[in-house]
Amino acid sequence: MKNSVNRDLPDDLMNKLNYEGFKTTDIGQPTVQRVAPKVRVTTGDDKVVDSIETVVKKTVRDGMTISFHHHFRNGDFVFNKVMRIIIDAGIKNLTLAPSSLTGVMNDIVIEAIKKGTITNITSSGMRGSLGDFVSHGGLKNPVIFRSHGNRARAIEHGDIKIDVAFLGVPNADKLGNANGMEGDAVFGSLGYALMDAQYANNVVLLTDNIMPYPNTPASIKQTQVDYVVKVDKVGDPDKIGSGATRFTKDPKELKIASMVNDVIVNSPYFKDGFSFQTGSGGAALAVTRYLRQAMIDNQIKASFALGGITKPTTDLLEEGLVRRVMDVQDFDKGAAESMHHNPNQQEIDASWYADPDNKGAMVDQLDVVILSALEIDTGFNVNVMTGSDGVIRGAVGGHQDAATAKLTIISAPLVRGRIATVVPKVTTNVTPGDSVDVLVTEYGIAINPKRQDLVKAFAHLPGVPVYSIEELQQMAEAKVGKPKPLEFTDRTVALVEYRDGTIIDAIHEVKD
Amino acid sequence: MANNDERLRRTMMFVPGNNPAMVKDAGIYGADSIMFDLEDAVSMAEKDAARDLVYEALQSQDYGDAELVVRINGADTPYYANDVKAMVKAGVDVIRLPKTESAGMIHDLEKDVLAAEKQFGREEGSTHLMAAIESAKGVLNAPEIAAASDRMIGIALSAEDYTTDMKTHHYPDGAELSFARNMVLHAARAAGIAAFDTVFTNMDDTEGFYRETRYIHQLGFDGKSLVNPRQIAMVNKVYEPTQKEIENAKNVINAIEEAKMKGSGVISMNGQMVDRPVVMRAQRVMKLAKASNLLDEEGNYIEK
Repeated sequence: MKNSVNRDLPDDLMNKLNYEGFKTTDIGQPTVQRVAPKVRVTTGDDKVVDSIETVVKKTVRDGMTISFHHHFRNGDFVFNKVMRIIIDAGIKNLTLAPSSLTGVMNDIVIEAIKKGTITNITSSGMRGSLGDFVSHGGLKNPVIFRSHGNRARAIEHGDIKIDVAFLGVPNADKLGNANGMEGDAVFGSLGYALMDAQYANNVVLLTDNIMPYPNTPASIKQTQVDYVVKVDKVGDPDKIGSGATRFTKDPKELKIASMVNDVIVNSPYFKDGFSFQTGSGGAALAVTRYLRQAMIDNQIKASFALGGITKPTTDLLEEGLVRRVMDVQDFDKGAAESMHHNPNQQEIDASWYADPDNKGAMVDQLDVVILSALEIDTGFNVNVMTGSDGVIRGAVGGHQDAATAKLTIISAPLVRGRIATVVPKVTTNVTPGDSVDVLVTEYGIAINPKRQDLVKAFAHLPGVPVYSIEELQQMAEAKVGKPKPLEFTDRTVALVEYRDGTIIDAIHEVKD
Repeated sequence: MANNDERLRRTMMFVPGNNPAMVKDAGIYGADSIMFDLEDAVSMAEKDAARDLVYEALQSQDYGDAELVVRINGADTPYYANDVKAMVKAGVDVIRLPKTESAGMIHDLEKDVLAAEKQFGREEGSTHLMAAIESAKGVLNAPEIAAASDRMIGIALSAEDYTTDMKTHHYPDGAELSFARNMVLHAARAAGIAAFDTVFTNMDDTEGFYRETRYIHQLGFDGKSLVNPRQIAMVNKVYEPTQKEIENAKNVINAIEEAKMKGSGVISMNGQMVDRPVVMRAQRVMKLAKASNLLDEEGNYIEK
């Protein structure tokens, strides 16, 4: 079958997994039913467990769904410790449902798949050896990729039913009151993990820092937690995020950033009380700096900044240029620290951030977002999942969710090395072109023809040449040539959900 | 002289000829001139590869309106002959000769370029030349170098070698370059060609860069050689005309139009005759204003 963005979807899997094809970015106003977790009743005195082995023995059985968060990113020690014990205990047929998978988890996930411990995965993304392994057919069942907002939706709907959540935290008391802001391995917001804490049948905290009871502020609460395990170290602080975020000196990134800034400042949304999400990465950080100057020059203040937060954004909060930072995840130590000290930096969970089936999510109120792309095609569809070799090497992240902003800007170089970014058709459609408004490259911008208001607004911006997306695609092709089409087998190795739980694309096994 | 088109040459950006990524991206920064370097930026082992790369880039990449310049290796090197042939064949706009010390060196280059134009079927005279002045001798001979050929479009001062030759080095205030700058500038103006100031390499000293650029702008240089694309916007900022200059220039241009309509040879404004230098300055201001994105579609000043 084909969905509304003309992607071929595997009928057998769609039927077997009871999926529908993607139709529209419009969520509408359905009434939905949320689920609730089982509660093992206790007064709380039996929660502290001396070892991971004990808690795994108590909680994990064949065929269950287990989850982790990825807030420690590549400094994560918890995932490997827990998975080692689960593999060695001979447990089979687990569904792995973390908020995302980082490179440091790759080896043990591959081992767990090979040994039959893990037979299903749902994640925001995967990279490196694991992406390669899955793309070469290493996992029998297709991986289900979900955005951060969609994961929250799927958990609330019961599409993801977490039996045991193993959540590493830099501090917790004996009953499980915990936050991400104090201790050795701090990462700031616990945004993604809060979903697991609220909805998993069993919630296991792992910490290297047992605090006196009661521990506040409590992002995760004692009412949600079943077990608290003391471990040596939950993470490597140096690998959780970059220390001081360095401002890019790459002239091309600066060029793109300054053009993104021009687009924002000349859009109808740049007015007092506007809101934005910029993300991390060289160009995004540079945009934040340009935007700061534009806000000062025009005496404009933002009502909120959203999403993955970096220090340049929390600096704007300090300066009073942003009234609130709505924080689902912190990318550097500065942002994590700021959350601790600044009451105007609000920790939000993934549902509040981006769940479409909601009584209003932050992304629904968002004016401007800057997002990246591995590829963008002439229909403005964006791929952030598969590389030019067709191999899985990315994550949906909040891409689909934040793209619902009133002005969605994709910032990407026209070509990377000898690979075109602007292509006739994306290898994998992750974010539909209907939700994308402007592409900014180092050569100029392209505006989605559906946004004639923006076409008018940006028609005569000095220093911002406007092209059609087809023209940019031709320019890219003239530079790097036309690649040989990628070759895939018929086998589906992953399905990409849109944020409403329909299927926007299927990823196939690469043919070598 | 070849320079009668009076094109803007505020920024001449150096691009190492052996760096594919930089060669590919050279067009996106809005430099008036792009100078691909086959000389000092390229190690001996990479001379042939760089020449091939720049040749292919000139054939295949779109650099928009930028003037394309290649700095070839000197005539005393084994790379010179092939550099000249390849760049003429590729149809480069300008060949820049390094370490130029005499008109004779330009005459020799001109002969080689002409031969290459004939060999590769390029229009004779289509390849322009410029000279880099990098020594005391070059500075003293700047007038004859600047006037050595109809193909010459400009001369550039290169301070690194020059200050070494002068037994000094480059100071922040640039006093040691005062004579050379004025010499090169006068030679260029006397010959009716462009004058380029030397590079400023300390990217962390923004204030120093602005100070030096304002200074050479005041002297009358067409522009500056640049080592980093980030410097382009800064130079353009210095060369930006003021609103008053633009309004004034527009009045002059209007007076010219009026005179034309009346069929009058004499241009007058506010009851006074407008001299040729005033007309030329006005035209240049309007050109700069347009290039600086200071005018809207109808040619009105955009309030910032």
